[in-house]
Amino acid sequence: MAAARTVLRSFLPFLVGIPVLLAVQWFLDRSEMGTEKLILINVAINVVLAVSLNVVNGFTGQFSLGHAGFMAVGAYTAAKITLVWAGEPVAGLSPDLSEQLVFTLALVAGMGTAALAGFLVGMPSLRLRGDYLAIVTLGFGMIIVSIIENVEPLGRAIGLSGIPRLTTVVWAGVAVIATISMARRLAISTQGRALFAIREDEVAAEAMGVDTTGYKVRAFVISAAFAGLAGGLMVHLLQLATPRSFTFIRSFEVVVMVVLGGLGSITGSVLAAAFLTVVIELLREFDKFRMVIYAVMLIALMLLRPQGLFGTRELWDLPLFRRLPWRRLGVTPGVEGASPTEVRDDEQGGTR
Amino acid sequence: MSELVLQADRVTMRFGGLRALSEFTLSMRAGELVGLIGPNGAGKTTAFNALTGVYVPTEGEVRVAGARVNGMRPHQICIRGIARTFQNIRLFKELTALDNVRIACHAGAETGFFDALFLTGHHKREEQRILERAEAYLDVMNLLHRADELAKNLPYGEQRRLEIARALATGPKVLCLDEPAAGMNASEKTELMALIRDIRQKFGLAILLIEHDMRVAMGVSERMIVLDHGVTIAEGKPEEIRRNPKVIEAYLGDAYLEEQHIAVPVSGPESAS
Repeated sequence: MAAARTVLRSFLPFLVGIPVLLAVQWFLDRSEMGTEKLILINVAINVVLAVSLNVVNGFTGQFSLGHAGFMAVGAYTAAKITLVWAGEPVAGLSPDLSEQLVFTLALVAGMGTAALAGFLVGMPSLRLRGDYLAIVTLGFGMIIVSIIENVEPLGRAIGLSGIPRLTTVVWAGVAVIATISMARRLAISTQGRALFAIREDEVAAEAMGVDTTGYKVRAFVISAAFAGLAGGLMVHLLQLATPRSFTFIRSFEVVVMVVLGGLGSITGSVLAAAFLTVVIELLREFDKFRMVIYAVMLIALMLLRPQGLFGTRELWDLPLFRRLPWRRLGVTPGVEGASPTEVRDDEQGGTR
Repeated sequence: MSELVLQADRVTMRFGGLRALSEFTLSMRAGELVGLIGPNGAGKTTAFNALTGVYVPTEGEVRVAGARVNGMRPHQICIRGIARTFQNIRLFKELTALDNVRIACHAGAETGFFDALFLTGHHKREEQRILERAEAYLDVMNLLHRADELAKNLPYGEQRRLEIARALATGPKVLCLDEPAAGMNASEKTELMALIRDIRQKFGLAILLIEHDMRVAMGVSERMIVLDHGVTIAEGKPEEIRRNPKVIEAYLGDAYLEEQHIAVPVSGPESAS
């Protein structure tokens, strides 16, 4: 009974979300909005990437530049599995159903291998801090690309083609729901607070009993798994996996989304990922000036709001939501602004 | 006699050719309050860092409740029962007072990432327990009304108290306070002294106190250890320390006149100022 309730509680977002997604898909198919559908799926993939990277860069405060590498690991694992098995129906199932089953398996396997890669990279390198970690993760991304370019079964520089097109709005939507639920549940849990503590002050976190290395590795593994999921979805949309899709430029794109949305804010990551993906599409008609406008826009945004669009705040920090009874469950949003304390701080020469 | 909660046996810290701490020996029983004093650079904070695992002692042995903790990481030592505060306050500034304390409660929590991600009933109960515990510690430190405020927005004295609340929430056997009175005014210091006595009584803790302010150190400690250049030069009751010529020379030295000041009882006229 209790177990059933737990299962229901943990899968509730999917139960609510999947019917909505099916409706959206049905609508898009009926009105033949092919481009819109494509953009929507791309937005979803970028949301998964940005939110998962936020767990490492935003929550834990570790600067990782290797997200595309984990994406590649997940993408190639998933692609290999569907290429081999999607054609052969599983005994007793209809071809469609068996294809979906193989795809599910492929995505889960992709998450698994990406998580493993996250663990292998995280174990030795998470003792490093700041710039050093950024360089190691950057190097990891480059190594992955050059491994792919040199291994025959992975198609070398040409890549793998003929991957079945299995990523749908529903699949992409389910991935988004899973990623946001993961990040949100982490953020309001005691484990999530331990990650925030590492971001705030690693020495103090360690002194208060937080196993900083262990928690950093765990955050890294979870984040990598969801990057792998995004990679799997991407190659089953493009029907092609090439090392060019996973260079460090891809990692930077995701970092830009996270920083623009506000390091540590799930809402910010989601909105920034959606915004940047759509803007790139809308700017397509300006062709040559596309990247110039894009860059100028980013610079302007960062100058005007260096903490990102949302800072570390969330949609559910709004006064409307804060009245709800369960707000105390998670990280409680601080009361900003006027307190009699500010004055005294200054009197004593400041404490920060 | 109550059990020995902390033993440091000839702990020595060497940094290259420098002996920052030599043969530091200390044993503390539950409920004891020991003051660690000494001039600047005497090795007081080094001693703290060697006890709490920030440094691994070059020689010697540290035992918490009988178990050897040398070479353990700070978080492991924390779980075994040593909690500390920092000389320059190290709160989680961008988090609320409540969350600062809740993080310290995390050490004993029996819930993992799996529980958190799948919202098991067990996880919810643990979260509830942590919340109640954290609020109780805030209450003890008289900070409950500040629970939802960001740590960085609290006034200095309250930040110090929050740091103590956070240290207590890890459930320690030994509480190490690194200059808790630094930057406080006279009345805040008097309050702090009452608070330290109160904590000891309520939680039956051993408290190790580093203090620069002689009035506070002498006022609350039952036993004192004086360090100079990493060497323990005196140990004993506050009155003995005050009269010890070695201490006067090393620590009070040119500020000998200050001794008059020290001799003023806790509830003396200056605390009324």
